[in-house]
Amino acid sequence: MILVLMIGILLLGGIACWLVAQRSAMAARYVALIAVIMAFVIPLGWFIQNKPAITGANKWLVQYQANWIPAFGISFHLAMDGLSFLLIQLTFLLGVLAVLCSWNEIRERSGFYFFNLLWTLAGIAGVFVAMDLFLFYFFWEVMLVPMYFLIAIWGDFNRRYAAYKFFIFTQTGGLLMLLAILALYFIHGQQTGNYTFDYFALLNTTLGGATGRWIMLGFLIAFVIKLPMVPLHNWLPDAHSEAPTAGSLILAGLLLKTGAYGILRFVLPLFPQASAAIAWWAMLLGVVGIVYGALLAFAQTDLKRLIAYTSVSHMGFVLLGAFAFNEIALQGVVMQLLTHGVSTGALFVMAGMLKERLHTRDINQMGGLWTAMPQMGGLALVFVMASLGLPLLGNFIAEFLILMGSFPVNPVLTVIASVGLVLAALYSLRIAQKVFMGQLQVVSERPADLSAREWIIMACLTAAIICLGLYPQPVFDLVKGAFFVTGYQLPVAGVSN
Amino acid sequence: MTDSAHMVLMVATVLFGLGLIGVLTRKNVVFMLISVEIMLNAAGLAFVAAGSKWQQPDGQVMFLFILAMAAAEVSVGLALVLQIYHQHKTMDVEDLKELRD
Amino acid sequence: MNQLLAYIPAFPLIGFLILSLFGRKLPKPVIATIGAGTVCIAAIITIVLGVSFLQTPPAGGAFHQLLWSWFKVGKLSIDISLQVDALTLVFIFIITFVGALIHIYSTFFMWHDGDYARFFASMNLFVCAMLLLVMADNLVLLYLGWEGVGLCSYLLIGFWYEVPSNCRAANKAFLITRIGDTALLIGLFLLFRELGTLNIQGILQQAPAHFTTGSANIVLITILLMIGGMGKSAQMPLQTWLPDAMAGPSPVSALIHAATMVTAGVYLIARMHGLFQLSPVTMTIVAIIGACTLLVAGCSALAQTDIKRILAYSTISQIGYMFLALGVGAWSAAIFHFFTHAFFKALLFLAAGVVIEALHHEHNIFMMGGLRKRMPIVFVTFLAGAAALSALPLVSAGFFSKDAILWYSWSAANGNVFLWLMALAGAFITALYSTRLMLVVFWGEPKTPVHEAPAQGMIIPLIVLAFFSVTAGFIEWPHNMMHLTLFSDHVQKVLPETIMKAYLPSEWFFQAIAALVTGAGIYLGYTMYYGKAGVRWQQSPGLASTREFLFSGWKFDQLYNFIFVKPFLFLTRINKSDVIDRMYNGIAQGSLRLSNWFSVSQNGSLRLYIVGVLAGILFIITLQLLL
Repeated sequence: MILVLMIGILLLGGIACWLVAQRSAMAARYVALIAVIMAFVIPLGWFIQNKPAITGANKWLVQYQANWIPAFGISFHLAMDGLSFLLIQLTFLLGVLAVLCSWNEIRERSGFYFFNLLWTLAGIAGVFVAMDLFLFYFFWEVMLVPMYFLIAIWGDFNRRYAAYKFFIFTQTGGLLMLLAILALYFIHGQQTGNYTFDYFALLNTTLGGATGRWIMLGFLIAFVIKLPMVPLHNWLPDAHSEAPTAGSLILAGLLLKTGAYGILRFVLPLFPQASAAIAWWAMLLGVVGIVYGALLAFAQTDLKRLIAYTSVSHMGFVLLGAFAFNEIALQGVVMQLLTHGVSTGALFVMAGMLKERLHTRDINQMGGLWTAMPQMGGLALVFVMASLGLPLLGNFIAEFLILMGSFPVNPVLTVIASVGLVLAALYSLRIAQKVFMGQLQVVSERPADLSAREWIIMACLTAAIICLGLYPQPVFDLVKGAFFVTGYQLPVAGVSN
Repeated sequence: MTDSAHMVLMVATVLFGLGLIGVLTRKNVVFMLISVEIMLNAAGLAFVAAGSKWQQPDGQVMFLFILAMAAAEVSVGLALVLQIYHQHKTMDVEDLKELRD
Repeated sequence: MNQLLAYIPAFPLIGFLILSLFGRKLPKPVIATIGAGTVCIAAIITIVLGVSFLQTPPAGGAFHQLLWSWFKVGKLSIDISLQVDALTLVFIFIITFVGALIHIYSTFFMWHDGDYARFFASMNLFVCAMLLLVMADNLVLLYLGWEGVGLCSYLLIGFWYEVPSNCRAANKAFLITRIGDTALLIGLFLLFRELGTLNIQGILQQAPAHFTTGSANIVLITILLMIGGMGKSAQMPLQTWLPDAMAGPSPVSALIHAATMVTAGVYLIARMHGLFQLSPVTMTIVAIIGACTLLVAGCSALAQTDIKRILAYSTISQIGYMFLALGVGAWSAAIFHFFTHAFFKALLFLAAGVVIEALHHEHNIFMMGGLRKRMPIVFVTFLAGAAALSALPLVSAGFFSKDAILWYSWSAANGNVFLWLMALAGAFITALYSTRLMLVVFWGEPKTPVHEAPAQGMIIPLIVLAFFSVTAGFIEWPHNMMHLTLFSDHVQKVLPETIMKAYLPSEWFFQAIAALVTGAGIYLGYTMYYGKAGVRWQQSPGLASTREFLFSGWKFDQLYNFIFVKPFLFLTRINKSDVIDRMYNGIAQGSLRLSNWFSVSQNGSLRLYIVGVLAGILFIITLQLLL
C-alpha cells in the first residue's frame, strides 16, 4: 500500500501545485517540497520499521496488486525489492534536491513546472516498482511526457530542438518496447492459455532462439537508448545541456537509471539465453561508450555538455557490468547507478549554480572561481574526483567492482575499459582546471559563494557520495536479497543457445 | 423496361461526365459547385433507375438521401463561397491556393 | 598496541576535516597548531608503537587492527584494516617523523600565504593517505591510499592555482601517475582472478603454491604492479611529471616529491616481494629501469639551473638506485636507501626553500652565489645534505645506503657488472652535480641581495634533518667494516635476505672504487665550477646542444607531446561535435527532403486534386477489371 501512497502523493501533489500556483508561486514550491519529502520519508520510514524482518530469503519487501483491466490480463501490480527500494530512495532524494534547485531558478509558470516535475518523479518511481508490463509501459510514458515539457518550456536557448530530439529517441525505443511487450504477451498466452501482462507469470515463458532474440532486442533497444549506449546516445548531450538545472539533475540522476534498471529487471531474467548470446556485443558497445564518451567529454567547451558526455562514459560501465553476468559486476552496476546519480547530479547542480551567477555555460569564459567561491570550489573538487573514480568516494567502488567482475569474463575489453579511467582523469581535471583554477576572469561582479539553500543541496550529495564510498555494504546486502536468491536466473556467460 | 433503364443510366453517365468536365474546366467556384450538383443528380438518377429496375424502394430512399445531402452541401458550399468572395474578392480557383504547402 | 594503529592516520585526518570545514574562519596560529600538531601526535604515537614493536615483537611479526568491513561481494571481501610490520614501521616512522618536521617548517614558511588553512588541510590529508597506503593490509585499501596521495600531490602542486603553468604541472602529475595507477588496478584484477584474494598476507602465502616461477601470469602481474610503481616513483619512462611538480611550495616538494610519496613504488615492490621473486624477468626489468633512470635523471640534473629542478632530477635518480636495489633482490638495501634519502632529500628541499624565500623567489642557481657567509646555518645543513647525496664516505648517511646498493648490484645473484658500472657512473654524476650545486649557490660572488633571515622555526627542522643525514647511516654498516646491521635485521623480519653470488672479490675493493669515483666527481665539479669557471661552463657554445638536450630531460616531454598529446588533441578536436550526431542529423534532413518532394503535389490547385482523385479511381477500376 505504501507504494500506491507514495506515487499517489506525487501525482496529487503535482495537481495541487498547479492549482495553488494560481494564488501564489511560493505556495506551489512548498507544496512540491512537502510532497516530495513525504514520498521520500514514507518508504524510508517503512523500511526502518520493518528492517529486522527483511532477510535474504524474502526477496520482495512489499507488494500491492489490484485489478485494472482484467479482460486483457492487466493488473495494477506494484512490488518492491532491495533494488527497487534503493532506486526509489535515490529518486526521491534527488527529487527533493531538484525542487530545491528550482526554488529561484523558475520564475514563470511555476505551478505547471512543479506539476511536471512531480509527475516525472511519479513516473520514475512507478517504473521502479511496476510489476505488470503494461503498467510499466504506462509509467514509462508518464515520465517521458512531463520531461518533454520541462525541457521544451523552461529549457535554454536551443530547447525546442533538444526536447524534440529527446522525445523522438525515447519514443522510438518505447514503441519497440511496446511491440516486444505485446509479442511476449501473445506468445505467453498461446503457450499457457493465460493472457496476462504480469511480470512473474511472464518470467516462465519459454522462448525459442530467434523469437526470443527479437523480443529481447525490442526491450534492450528501448533501455539502451535511455541508458544511453553509443551510438544511440545523441539525445543526451542536447537534452542535458538545454534542460533547466532540475531537469538535468533528473535526467542524469534518474532517467538514465531507468534504462539500466530495465536491463537488470527485464532483459536479463526474461531472456537469459538471448542475453547470453549477445553479451559480447553488449560489452563491446559498453566499452566503446566508455572511451568514446570520454573523448567527446574532453573536447567540449560547454560545461553542461561536457558533464553530459561523462554520463555516456560512465553508463558504458553499466552496460559492461550488466552483461558480465556475475555477482561482483552486477553489484558494481547497481552501485554505479546510485553513485553516478549522486555525483553527476551534483555536477549538473553545480553547473546550474554557475550559470545562475555567470550567465554562461562556456568554460572558456570561466576560470579562477576558486578564489571567489572557495566553498563551492572545494565541493566541486569532491565531485570532480568522484567522477574520475577516486577511492573513498562511491564511484570508485562501483567502477572497481564492475571491472573486477568483468575481468574474468573478458579481460581484453576490461583492460580497454580501464583505459577509460585515465581518460576520466583527463576530462575531470579539465573541469577543475578550466572552471576553478587559473586567474579570476574580470567580471562585472564577483560571484557569490554558496547560499544556505545551495549548501544544503551540496552537503546532502557530498554526504551521500562519501557514505557510499566508505560503507557500501548495506547497499550490497539489499541488492543481494533482490538478485541472488531464488527466482532470479542469471544468464550464464559464454553459453548461447 | 430493361432498355429504358439502360437509357436512363446512359443519361446519368452523360450527366456525370458533363458535371465532371464542368468541375475540371470551370474556373469560377460557383460554376464548380453547380457542376458538383449535376454530378450528384446524375448519381441520384442512376439510383432511381436501378430502383425501378429491381422494383425496390431503396433507390428512391437513396435519392431522397442524396437530395438532403446536396441541400446541406450547397448551403455550406455557398456560405464558403460568400466568405471567399468577401476575403479575396475573387471567384477564380486558380487564385485560391492558400492551402499550398 | 593493536588499538593504537588507527590513531596514527586518524589524527591527520581529523586535522584535515577541521581545517577543510572551518579553516577559513580560524586564526593562523590555531591553523598552524592543528596542522602541525596532529602530525606531531601521529609521530609520537608511531614512536610509542615502534618502541613497543622492538621490545616485544607482536605475534606473527605484525600489529593488526580491523576497523570495519569495507565491502563484501561474492568471493571478494575487503576490510578497512591496518597492519604494521617491520617494513611498514620504517615507512610510517619516516612519514610521521619527517612529516612532522616539515609541517613545523611549513607553519613558518607559509605564514604569509593567504590560503594557509587549505595548505595544511591538504598536507594533513596527504599524511593520512600516505599512512593508509603503507598500513593497508589489502591491496584495495593500499590503492585508496595510493590514489589519495595522488590527489594531495595534485592539490599541492597546483596550490598556487592562479598561475596556469602550475595547474598544468598538477594535471600532468596526476595524469601520468594515473597511467601507472590503472596498470596497478589491472594487476589487482588479475591477482584476484588467479588467487581469489587481495589480502597482502594471503597473496604472499598463496602465490608460491599457485604460480610456477616465471609463468606468464605472474610475469604479467608483476609487470603491471611495476608499472604502477614506476608511475608513482617517477621511473622511466613515466618520470616526466616530477620535475614539473616542483611548481608546488618547497615543503610539498620535500614531503611528497622527495621523502614519501615518490617512494610508494619502492614500497609496493618491496611489499609484494613474494610475487616479484617468482618472476625473475620482472626483477631484471626493474633493475634495468632503475639503472637507466638513475643515469638519465642524473645527467639531466647536471644541466638544470633551477635549484628545485636539480633536486627533483636527483630524486628521480636516487629512486632509480632504490629500484636497482629491488631489482637485484637487495630488498633491505633499497629500503635503507629510502630511509636515509628521506632525511637528506627533505633537508635539501627545505634548505632550498629557505634560500629561495630569502632571495625573493629566485630559483636560478646562477643568480644566487656567495650564500656561505650570509646564511651560515643553511650552508652547513645544506652541506650535510649534499654530502649525503653524493655519498661522502663514512661521514654521511648516504654513503652507507648507496654503498650497499653498489655492492649488491654486483654481488647479488641477480646483479652483474653492467648494473654495477651504471650505478657507479650514477654515483660519479651525483657527486658532480652536488658539488656544482654547492659551489654555485654558496661560493662565488653574491648576485642577489638576501632580504630576510629565515625564521628560527624553519632552522630547527633543518638542523634535526641535518643531524640525521649524517648519523642515520650508522645503524647499518657494511659487513667488512663493522658487524652492526640493526636496520637489515629489522627489515628482514619481513623481507627476504639477498641471495649472493657464490664467488666474490673482497668488498673493500668495491668500496675503494666507489669512494674514488665519488672523490673524482667532487674534484671534477670543483675544477669546473669553482670561481668564475662555472659561468664559463654554463655558457660554452660548444656544449649548447648537449646542455639543451639534458636540460629538457632528454626530450621526453617533446617526444610524448608528439606521440600522445598532439594526436589526442587532434582526435578530440575534430570529433568535438560528435560524428554520430551527423548520422541522426542526416536522417532528419533526409526525411525533411522527402517531405519537400511530396509536398510538391500539395500545390493548392483544386483542379489538380480532382484530376488526382479521378486518376486514382480509374486506376482502381482498371485494377479491378484486370484482376
